[in-house]
Amino acid sequence: MPQADNASLTVSIWRGGQDGNFETYSVPNRQNQTVLDVVTHVQRHIDPTLSYRFACRVGMCGSCGMTVNGRPRWTCRTHVSKVAKDGKLQIAPLSNLPVIKDLAADMQPFFDKWQKAGGVFEPSKSRAEPVEPIRPNEPQRIAADAGIECINCGVCYAGCDTVRWNDDYLGPAALNRAWTLMNDLRDSAQKPRLAAVAANGGCHACHTHQSCQEYCPQSLNPTGSISLLKRLATKAYLKGELKP
Amino acid sequence: MSAPPRPYRRNALWIAAMVHRVSGIGLALFLPLHFLALGLSLQGAARLDSFLRWTDIPLIKLAEGGLVFLLGVHFLGGLRVLFVENFDWRVNQFRVATAAGGAAAMLAFAFLIQVL
Repeated sequence: MPQADNASLTVSIWRGGQDGNFETYSVPNRQNQTVLDVVTHVQRHIDPTLSYRFACRVGMCGSCGMTVNGRPRWTCRTHVSKVAKDGKLQIAPLSNLPVIKDLAADMQPFFDKWQKAGGVFEPSKSRAEPVEPIRPNEPQRIAADAGIECINCGVCYAGCDTVRWNDDYLGPAALNRAWTLMNDLRDSAQKPRLAAVAANGGCHACHTHQSCQEYCPQSLNPTGSISLLKRLATKAYLKGELKP
Repeated sequence: MSAPPRPYRRNALWIAAMVHRVSGIGLALFLPLHFLALGLSLQGAARLDSFLRWTDIPLIKLAEGGLVFLLGVHFLGGLRVLFVENFDWRVNQFRVATAAGGAAAMLAFAFLIQVL
């Protein structure tokens, strides 16, 4: 691969656990390389003990989220030329999550909250019954489709100050998932799900910063989903369907 | 981990939320002072009048302009949030938040022109 004009990049990478520190490496500055390519170069050519997580490398699996120059990003689709400042990169694990080692953040709290928000699809029919027809132009389907492409990369969770401030807050991805299921005609758990997302730490905790929307690599709008959940919860409360 | 840079705090809507919160705190702090001043009337017209004369100095008028700004920005910012949470999602929240801040600043400016 041809090298760019400046022969090398100075890359600071987080090493160790929660109390680790940044270590600096010199990496060849190539054309068209991604941040994930840089991390892979360090692991394969400089220090094989570097831990990080990736799988698909094409922006589908959501496993390569890291903090690049202070901003959460999916590293497999982040070109170095777009984010390097004066030939320097700082790469850390995703914020708001425990650090396992180096660049690998522990996603357990993220997915625990995803489940707590009722993120699991609960079918209303058994496999013996005919498949529910879903028309793509139904308003509920359009609302669900708007948020359905989430890949659970954790970028929104890492970029959200409400998550940082409030340990109980379920986070943008979990609430966005809940919103898509609230609009899924095939789902049977909408009442308990609405109660879960309206509870303490749920949708009403969102401060509408819209950082999740700004950072979402899939260009989704979790803030919009959360605001619509708020409206749904308020309506249910006024109708007496939701107890405080 | 050392404090990482948090560029999302340069996000205009993050700042809008912070302005809303800080203006609310500012107004809450002002409220007891407001009631204290009103309470002076219970001690006679002379006490209240002398206090009101003291508030005529330009520095206090400037501070009152600040209060008008806080009230305006908190009210309009609160309306924006109520619309976000109770009506269909609208794009361009950045423009709405900027307009709320701008309108509050103009309101405070108009107030200052009136009193100074």
